[in-house]
Amino acid sequence: MPRVPRPRVAVYKFASCDGCQLTLLDCEDELLAVAGAVEIALFREASSATVEGPYDLAIVEGSVTTPHDLELVRQVRAEARFLLTIGACATAGGIQALRNFGDVAEFARAVYARPEYIATLATSTPISAHVPVDFELRGCPINKGQLLEVISAFLGDRAPNVPTESVCGECKRRGNVCVVVAHGTPCLGPVTQTGCGAICPAYHRGCYGCFGPQDTPNAPSLVRRLRELGLAPADVQRVFRTFNAAAPAFREASESAAAPAGGAP
Amino acid sequence: METAGGSSASVLSREAFPRLLEAIRAAGYRIVGPTIRDGAIVYGEIARVEDLPIGWTDRQEAGTYRLERRDDAALFGYNVGPHSWKKYLFPARERLFSATGTADGGFTVQAEPRDEAPLAFLGMRGCELAAVAIQDRVFDGRVPDPGYHARRQACLRIAVECGQAGATCFCTSMGTGPAVRGGSADLILTELLSPERHEFLIRAGSERGAAILAGVPTRPATDEDARAAAARVESAAGAMGRRLDPAGLRDLLLGNPEHPRWQLVAERCLACTNCTLACPTCFCSSSEEVPDLSGAKVERWRRWDSCFNSAFSELHHAPVRKSTSSRYRQWMTHKLASWHDQFDSSGCVGCGRCITWCPVGIDITEEVAAIRATPGASGPARRSP
Repeated sequence: MPRVPRPRVAVYKFASCDGCQLTLLDCEDELLAVAGAVEIALFREASSATVEGPYDLAIVEGSVTTPHDLELVRQVRAEARFLLTIGACATAGGIQALRNFGDVAEFARAVYARPEYIATLATSTPISAHVPVDFELRGCPINKGQLLEVISAFLGDRAPNVPTESVCGECKRRGNVCVVVAHGTPCLGPVTQTGCGAICPAYHRGCYGCFGPQDTPNAPSLVRRLRELGLAPADVQRVFRTFNAAAPAFREASESAAAPAGGAP
Repeated sequence: METAGGSSASVLSREAFPRLLEAIRAAGYRIVGPTIRDGAIVYGEIARVEDLPIGWTDRQEAGTYRLERRDDAALFGYNVGPHSWKKYLFPARERLFSATGTADGGFTVQAEPRDEAPLAFLGMRGCELAAVAIQDRVFDGRVPDPGYHARRQACLRIAVECGQAGATCFCTSMGTGPAVRGGSADLILTELLSPERHEFLIRAGSERGAAILAGVPTRPATDEDARAAAARVESAAGAMGRRLDPAGLRDLLLGNPEHPRWQLVAERCLACTNCTLACPTCFCSSSEEVPDLSGAKVERWRRWDSCFNSAFSELHHAPVRKSTSSRYRQWMTHKLASWHDQFDSSGCVGCGRCITWCPVGIDITEEVAAIRATPGASGPARRSP
């Protein structure tokens, strides 16, 4: 049933691949219901037509990596009643947070012919490192069902039902055979937040940790187990340094796993 | 010959085994049982005898499970795997009912239709029958869960006595196996396997079982057949890989809430929930309302949950059991101690799943032994929140 007036929604992008905001457009069956329930005021991925703020709901993708981002993120917060950040970039800094372990000036010199044209920060940081965020939706990319749940909760003025437990629960509910126990495959599932539906273990792969740390991660214990499974210290470091490399539990695990000679990848 | 249960035993040849499956199906059941998938023996659809793990076994240790070839063609030559029958009786996800808003601001409730074909559980072990009996007390007691009750009443239980034991098995400690008592299943098989023979001693444990057995070609069992079956079960009983001393266990655990062992195990415990979800008796769940975008229609879903999850003990936005040590202690003291007060039995059947399927190999028998070895020890002071 239509609500009057419909909440006004803006979708923003910072440093990211656009995959998470595309999840909104991927809501094929539900897209019309979403479009009917809210007024899409700003969504450059979908339409060049824009409506001025303020907005009831700002959906923010991407991490803060430039001086311009620092200004924009404050403006977004100021114009939004409810700020929802989506995806590993916006909630943990994303894959580009690998720069946090290295020297960005050196990367710029190696990559660009004229590095002086590049205005960038030394780190990639989540939105919540700069402004208060009302809800963080994890994932690389986010899960469509969870996005709809958060929007539905926002419309219904209730708390979203987004579990923060490990991926293992979803594996067991699906009836997946544990790849660590039955195959000796390294897997981050026990320390990673659920939300993807345990896709990788269902296809005999270890979890890559796309949804970042679960609420009570015991990474040191899993690191010991990964070493027993035959991973070298540098490889243990690599499995924790992906899309959520800068999430504190994963960052600490990757730093502690590294041999003294190890460093940034 | 007569068995303890009073029903006469028969012998079914391996060649006639498919006839048993046909008779079960002819009685209106869909057969589920052991089958190989993704490197393990799981429970799934059994369409033909070839779907069973013929000639395979499993090698288990704490945190490790591997399939291995046997040197024979046993149908049931394995121990218990990652699945348990609770996935059929208490599904991992279940829609309990739906509700739709009405114009006058009220709502109407739509009950879930229950029209699934009854299931025949093929290959239930002694420990697994005990686990179902324990969940019966949880779900089918004074206030029966309608879905569980319907599925449980309809199911056919075909037990197989173990002819071997795994390294994480300890059913003899918990008194649940490997022998299967007469009335605890509808049909009870013991696989008789040697280079010279491949047959099954088969007993009916109920009228339903007897009716099915009557339609299967068998011969009467001899004393020698019964002795061979008993010898198989005895050899399994003698090969238990683990032991858990249940004497005084309730008081021992409840009397040691500050034991330093709880902290030590929490250093290894991943709080990942694998032990509880692999456990055939753990019954915890969460219910959640799933509305559509308009809020006009809502479904109530129940899903497996675990006391190892932080949110499971959440009250007013904060968990009661914040630390992993408090969650492990909650699980183990409930399973082995306060379960007696709640359900008049232990919550553990000695199947060993929590040991095998723990990614870091935490062993409940080892944890109990450690506390038993130094009772009354107290940890670095404070009780963990």
